[in-house]
Amino acid sequence: MKVRKRSIALGIYYFLLLLPIYWMLNMSLRTNASILATFSLFPTDFTLENYIKIFTDASWYMGYVNAIIYVGMNTVISLTVALPAAYAFSRYQFVGDKQMFFWLLTNRMAPAAVFALPFFQLYSSVGLLDTHIAVALAHCLFNVPLSVWILEGFMSGVPREIDETAFIDGYSLPRFFITIFIPLIKAGVGVTAFFCFMFSWVELLLARTLTVTNAKPISAIMTRTISATGLDYGLLAAAGILTILPGALVIWFVRNYMAKGFALGRV
Amino acid sequence: MEKWPDNKAWLLVLPVFVIVAFSAIIPLLTVINYSVQDIFGPGQSVFVGVDWFREMLQDYRLREALWRQFLFSGLVLIIEIPLGVLIALAMPKRGWKASAALVTLALPLLIPWNTIGTIWIIFTRPDIGLLGAVINNLLGIPFDHTASPLDAWITVMLMEVWHWTPLVALLAYSGLRAIPEAYYQAARIDGASAWSTFLYVQLPKMRGVLTIAFLLRFMDSFLIYAEPFVLTGGGPGNSTTFLSLYLVKIALLQFDLGPGAAFSLIYFIIVLLFSFIFYQALQRVGKGETV
Repeated sequence: MKVRKRSIALGIYYFLLLLPIYWMLNMSLRTNASILATFSLFPTDFTLENYIKIFTDASWYMGYVNAIIYVGMNTVISLTVALPAAYAFSRYQFVGDKQMFFWLLTNRMAPAAVFALPFFQLYSSVGLLDTHIAVALAHCLFNVPLSVWILEGFMSGVPREIDETAFIDGYSLPRFFITIFIPLIKAGVGVTAFFCFMFSWVELLLARTLTVTNAKPISAIMTRTISATGLDYGLLAAAGILTILPGALVIWFVRNYMAKGFALGRV
Repeated sequence: MEKWPDNKAWLLVLPVFVIVAFSAIIPLLTVINYSVQDIFGPGQSVFVGVDWFREMLQDYRLREALWRQFLFSGLVLIIEIPLGVLIALAMPKRGWKASAALVTLALPLLIPWNTIGTIWIIFTRPDIGLLGAVINNLLGIPFDHTASPLDAWITVMLMEVWHWTPLVALLAYSGLRAIPEAYYQAARIDGASAWSTFLYVQLPKMRGVLTIAFLLRFMDSFLIYAEPFVLTGGGPGNSTTFLSLYLVKIALLQFDLGPGAAFSLIYFIIVLLFSFIFYQALQRVGKGETV
């Protein structure tokens, strides 16, 4: 009886969770004129017009391509630098380790609005403005510390006897790390990759500041639908629906890692 | 178990330090530089010392925005952390249902922040939005977040809880999944109730992930910008002008870089201070429970 009540409550939560997304889907399948004219629970005059516009207009679909490129770069860079650092924090004691760890976390705490201007100056002075790598590097500011934090938790869950045994068996640190250790924490790597992807994908302010046309992400392009006649809700909704898909694909791949234990080392 | 003392570990941390410092230190120094100058235009500025800081600290609108921000972040933490834990406890544990539940749960997290605001505009408009239409027409309660401050707050809170509770739930869920079955068996043999199993087995084991969830939610809700900016624009009046919205108003719209920079630094220090206190406190709580 208790279990039933629990799943009913969960069902209600999921219903409410999906409702705004359903509403956006509904809007995306209607024309703007129809949206404003009649209220309807279902797409009455079903049309794919909005999606066709996005997929045929380069200024729209390149937004998705740009965002995927820099988010991919950011995820790879974040994981590459965070893995050895997280190992150092989880295994070694060194001068300034705790201070360094907290300093890394502080980089998530600055309000982006004013910092965006010096970012613009910095990246234009090194000639990286309007490139994908600029946004990828800028997003490292908050994704690298988070990656170190999460990975350190996973790594601390692996007993140190495993390292010691491997070193006695004659493994060098890099070889041990790549062939034995990373496979042991692959759940952590999967979860970290998801978090990097997510936070880089949804960030707007830095991405918009650092790009002009060549690397402009979809989230910034979406603000264009405001025209003289007001918002084109149908188009905006279709673009919104399409921003969910890449991330949904990523979480589909890491879902088992999620389920198995983010917290392995943190318990 | 003691960690191995070895300063060569710095070599492993160096790439992280370089890549983060590149984006962190120069912009921070630039902002500090702005904050002590009065800037008229390119190359024209006067050193003003701590004047901007003094002016900002005396600005009553900043103080109002700050209290609003504390109320907002407080509500966020009070609602989202317990709700997230409850959802995680109720979620299916294995099979296709668990996969489906996880993927669906993550959907709101994957939407760009300005799009979140757009979704909620569409969703709450009385004429074309489902929520707006149901409340206004079906229930007959006048509800308009563009006119009533209370309605604006309710809408922003609903949006925030809808958007971010899944993050807490995901973290709590993975924490729960990492508890070995043997712990539950032991609790059952001891005749523990569901409540005491939660209190003495599940909660302590979720400490680590909940620390991450709590701090992430605190920082990100305190810095919230794009979602309320799109949804309410800070209004009606100033009722949903949170700190970031007020900061943008000063720094970018009025183009007052000096006061804006001083504001940013004050803002940064507040977040830093609270995060540090929470971080220390959560670590201590954890130690007390595991002993």
